[in-house]
Amino acid sequence: MSLTTTDIARIANLARLELQAEESARMLDQINAFFDIVTQISRVDTSGVLPMAHPLDAMPTMPPIHLRLRPDVASEPNDREANQRSAPAVERGLFLVPKVIE
Amino acid sequence: MTELHHLGVAELAALLQSKQVSAVEVATRFLARLGGNPHNAFLDIDSEVTLAQARESDAKLANGTAGPLEGVPIAHKDVFVTKDLVTTAGSRILNGYRSPFDATVVARLRQAGMVTLGKLNCDEFAMGSANENSAYGAVSNPWNPAHVPGGSSGGSAAAVAARLTPAATGTDTGGSIRQPAAFCGITGIKPTYGRASRYGMVAYASSLDQAGPMARSAEDCALLLSAMCAPDLDRDSTSLDVAQENFSATLGHSLQGLRVGVPAEFFGDGLAADVRRAIEAALKQLQALGATLVPIGLPRTELSIPVYYIIAPAEASSNLSRFDGVKFGHRAADFADLNDMYKKTRAEGFGQEVKRRIMTGAYVLSHGYYDAYYLQAQKIRRMIADDFQSAFASCDVIAGPVAPTTAWKLGDKADDPVASYLADIFTLPASLAGLPCMSLPVGLGDGGLPVGLQLIGNYLQEAKLLNVAHQFQLATEHHTQQPGAAA
Repeated sequence: MSLTTTDIARIANLARLELQAEESARMLDQINAFFDIVTQISRVDTSGVLPMAHPLDAMPTMPPIHLRLRPDVASEPNDREANQRSAPAVERGLFLVPKVIE
Repeated sequence: MTELHHLGVAELAALLQSKQVSAVEVATRFLARLGGNPHNAFLDIDSEVTLAQARESDAKLANGTAGPLEGVPIAHKDVFVTKDLVTTAGSRILNGYRSPFDATVVARLRQAGMVTLGKLNCDEFAMGSANENSAYGAVSNPWNPAHVPGGSSGGSAAAVAARLTPAATGTDTGGSIRQPAAFCGITGIKPTYGRASRYGMVAYASSLDQAGPMARSAEDCALLLSAMCAPDLDRDSTSLDVAQENFSATLGHSLQGLRVGVPAEFFGDGLAADVRRAIEAALKQLQALGATLVPIGLPRTELSIPVYYIIAPAEASSNLSRFDGVKFGHRAADFADLNDMYKKTRAEGFGQEVKRRIMTGAYVLSHGYYDAYYLQAQKIRRMIADDFQSAFASCDVIAGPVAPTTAWKLGDKADDPVASYLADIFTLPASLAGLPCMSLPVGLGDGGLPVGLQLIGNYLQEAKLLNVAHQFQLATEHHTQQPGAAA
């Protein structure tokens, strides 16, 4: 199976990446070269095997781990200035983005 | 007295605790070695920050509140966020980024007394095996500057090998501690997934990312790992709830009766002759120390390449969606609307390998392909983890090469991502399973480039790995060899 230029354009849009024409062409070749080594996985019989999302899920000695949530209490100080120190555009403590609603 | 920069973590800690040298003297000595940024190993150095920490350490050493590693310098891979130094993860998109907090690992090592020398170069977002994907330039291998240091923790490995720092942190997602450690002739360990907190580690592939120490010996790695690892239950949902361990306590155990599993799949045709020679000699050495070699099989070793390069990019495509030019990092200057801002910002901020992995990841997760790629890869991942459990029924640790070859020449695989992926074959299986694993130097191959032996243990068996490595290092001198450039 090979990807096409249309696939690359579709995925680039999903991934919010602007690709130049020459970059797209190179990406197409390289991703297809990668999928040449991926084909072998389709030949593996995985019937009855549970997908493993997480190594903790495979540790025989560990109790099953569920997504751990911390108690719902405020624990971090409000540190807006430090948190916004590296933001590209901030005004009066708010992050600025281009207009999204006309 | 041996020059300070030739001393390891344990030796420096002893000199500092007995007040034969001050933390400021040690920091000053190492800072002096960083002038001109040898090997392009560092991305940020701020001598004021380092010296302030050293003065604080001297005060603690004077008033009896010193931590076990008080005053010993360390440098951090640039994927660990730091409050007082810039964090870029090797990416243009985070150029100049300053975190509001320190990563847990950074904070824990400071708490143990360590003084931060700076931030270390790495492949962008830890994606790479040669440190050539850094937006801030490649790192050269101290053993031969025409060769790569390995990656993604290439700056960490080069800095330790060149005696620019006695210790460094690294992160390992598919081999990023072990392979550069092997290529630069140092010792590094990736603990069991969940041992070290991922809080404040810039995420690449969250079900694989794990922090670990890189230093010159297993003894030093044991000290560092003991300080790094502890439960961080409120801040990392995958942090293991197992008590902090003193990994130095069992280093002295004898290897008599140790069963070392040797996977046939790690010794196939793809293994370079010089690497094979060094690894076989190391296995003989383990036998001489009382270990028995047991042939084992890890039949899905080759499959770990496609499985890893589906799962890791899938997770990366999701993790890296946070880089959108809104809350931190680079934002494109000209754009038509919000979507265009995202696309241009990311196009300008990310390098080629990162874009490839985001694209691959978005594809395998997209409608119509999820089952065939992502889900199938997750199922084979479990089979790979199960293969290890079968193997550990007949052995205590597994040993083999870290990589099929020694460090290749800069530029050799830069335009061929698949060739670079294939070279990860021996490190990927343990990463996918989440097992602890390490690399230790076992001599030089052709051209005087180091060879690393990989040890893989069962879950939570870091102490066993470090014990085996330490006993090996007591009996051999490979780990004391240094590149000419380090003098």
